[in-house]
Amino acid sequence: MPVQYYIFLSIALFCIGVMGVLMRRNAIIIFMCIELMLNAVNLLLVAFSKMWADAGKVDAGSAQLFVFFIMVVAAAEVAVGLAIITMVYRNTKSVDINILNRLKN
Amino acid sequence: MINLVWLVPFLPLLGFLVNGLGRRFLSKSIVGFVGSSTVLAAFVVSLLIFFQVKTPGFTAQVVSLFDFISVGSLHIPFAFQVDQLSALFLLIITGVGTLIHIYSTSYMHEESNESFARYFAYLNLFVFSMLILVLGANYVMMFIGWEGVGLCSYLLIGFWFKNTSYNNAAKKAFIMNRIGDLGFLIGIFFMIMQFGTVTFPEVFAKAAPLGMNSPVLAAIAIFLFVGATGKSAQIPLYTWLPDAMAGPTPVSALIHAATMVTAGIYMIARSNVIYTLAPCVQTIVAIIGVATALFAATIALKQNDIKKVLAYSTVSQLGYMFLALGVGAYGAAVFHVMTHAFFKALLFLGSGSVIHAMGGEQDIRKMGGLKKYMPATHITFLIGCLAIAGIPGFSGFFSKDEILASAFGVNISYYAFGLLGALMTAFYMFRLYYITFCGQFRGTHEQEHHLHESPAAITIPLIILAVLSVLGGYVGMPEVFGTKNLLAEYLEPIFAPSAPFAVAHHLSHSTEWLLMGLSSALVIVMIFVARSRFVNYQDTGAESTGLGKVLENKWYVDEIYDAVIVKPLYELSRFFRDTIEKSGIDRLVNGVGRGVKWGSQQFRLLQSGNVGFYIFAMVIGMIVLFVIGFLL
Repeated sequence: MPVQYYIFLSIALFCIGVMGVLMRRNAIIIFMCIELMLNAVNLLLVAFSKMWADAGKVDAGSAQLFVFFIMVVAAAEVAVGLAIITMVYRNTKSVDINILNRLKN
Repeated sequence: MINLVWLVPFLPLLGFLVNGLGRRFLSKSIVGFVGSSTVLAAFVVSLLIFFQVKTPGFTAQVVSLFDFISVGSLHIPFAFQVDQLSALFLLIITGVGTLIHIYSTSYMHEESNESFARYFAYLNLFVFSMLILVLGANYVMMFIGWEGVGLCSYLLIGFWFKNTSYNNAAKKAFIMNRIGDLGFLIGIFFMIMQFGTVTFPEVFAKAAPLGMNSPVLAAIAIFLFVGATGKSAQIPLYTWLPDAMAGPTPVSALIHAATMVTAGIYMIARSNVIYTLAPCVQTIVAIIGVATALFAATIALKQNDIKKVLAYSTVSQLGYMFLALGVGAYGAAVFHVMTHAFFKALLFLGSGSVIHAMGGEQDIRKMGGLKKYMPATHITFLIGCLAIAGIPGFSGFFSKDEILASAFGVNISYYAFGLLGALMTAFYMFRLYYITFCGQFRGTHEQEHHLHESPAAITIPLIILAVLSVLGGYVGMPEVFGTKNLLAEYLEPIFAPSAPFAVAHHLSHSTEWLLMGLSSALVIVMIFVARSRFVNYQDTGAESTGLGKVLENKWYVDEIYDAVIVKPLYELSRFFRDTIEKSGIDRLVNGVGRGVKWGSQQFRLLQSGNVGFYIFAMVIGMIVLFVIGFLL
């Protein structure tokens, strides 16, 4: 398959993620949208890695190592982020980010 | 001995440090001893140096201490030059300096411990600076000393700093000197630009090939002369000197009569090659000199403050020295510096003794008849008057006569005005003498009761200076007396480099006798005129009118300077303060502050706490960055 398809898919996923972050008010959905953006990037990395490997410029899989790094970081981020959201919910009985416009008090 | 020349300025510096640092805990006797003995020791060293320099065939020696400035091809060593001229000045400065230090131990005795020490510290610092000035082997060293003496002069004029008018006098002296110093500095820069050196022999060696009337030399000479008019109180920068009498009287004697004010004469005598090669500047020097001599003498005729008379007389005598320099008689100028140092220091110290006895009174109209109360002061003061008036046999006669004879050889009008000035000198000095010492006492009863001869520390320096005022002239007897002019012979090596360019004016012996006889006779007549008018002076309290009033007010020169220079300057600074500063600079600075404040108030609104908006802003920012990245 040509690499363009992967790029278009990845752009579509990324834009969905961005719009979700910008438009939704639910913290969990925003969180999921961030994941979506990260994975759009992952997809792009894998696609380009395959492309260059097919062309014989680099070893297959060497660039795909980044994807694992990103997954690890994303997992760690999810752990912290969900913990924060849980605490927010406990305090405000809501996960609406517009309620969180004051960091004081 | 020559190698020890650094001791001469070092000793007074030591005295300055000891007295200056220990002023809080040293007793008066220790301070006085340290102050006087360091200068005395410097005098002894100077004397030893002088005897070595005096031997025939001595050539100038330079004692280099360290490299002072070394930039590119310009090297200015911190070096002392010992030659006939500097050795003579060393003797004058340390000799008269010692006497004045001793005198001061008594004169300043009523001061508190601390200010007594402060006084001696300043005085020692002055002697140090003056010695640097005359010993320096290049113009930069001379300038260091030049500034040093200016500073000490300022500090000592304003010694009683609680009096505002004294402070103003000090500031006036400092600022006027600064105007002159700028000229000197420009002269030095010119010299560095043209010759690439400031060392005396090198400058003169490079100046000589430029030949007569070279514009470069004329420029250097004129700028150096501007410096000299400031320091040596010549027209137009002379007005600070009479005001400088605010300082203690021994200071007036040492700084404002005997030594510092002659720095300009020393500088020009030192640069005689440059001046001889620039005859047009020499003419200016002579004209300024003779004009000052005459102008100051007219003012002195009507002054009633004993120190003011002497101050204007100093300005006038300095004018004679410049006249001598202007007509190329450098030796005569240096000779007059020497005799003037003796008799003017004597007159100032004598007036100090009188002021002391009168309990601080300086107005001669309130004195009178002091001769029976203060015999030693009276006799020595009379000798000083005779010397300055130029009575044959006294030192002033020989030096003034030599100047007038040289002036006669160049231009008879210089002689005529010079003689007129000399007659006025005789008149005002004897007016001062008769009003102060003869007639009836006119002060209060209390003052009369208090009148007394001064203690030995005051009278002994007076007597020594009186002896010098009489004998000092015999070292420079003109050749018509059938003796050799010892001083001219001694100084000959200094002025030898300029001799080939100088135009010689030889007067026949009969002319010289005639001039001498004429001036002596007229001076004696003037003294008798003064005697007939002032021997029984009564203070009528009448206001003088017409010319007398103008003279009493010093030709209104201070008022003219005030109106032409000081007032417009004040107005200008007021304009800058009220207009440029307030509505220009202040508004700009405040505007920036206000703008920042307003801007931050607007930006504060962005900080809404709305997370969605933050993210939105972030994404927009990223997109903008991407767009910029793509476009560039």
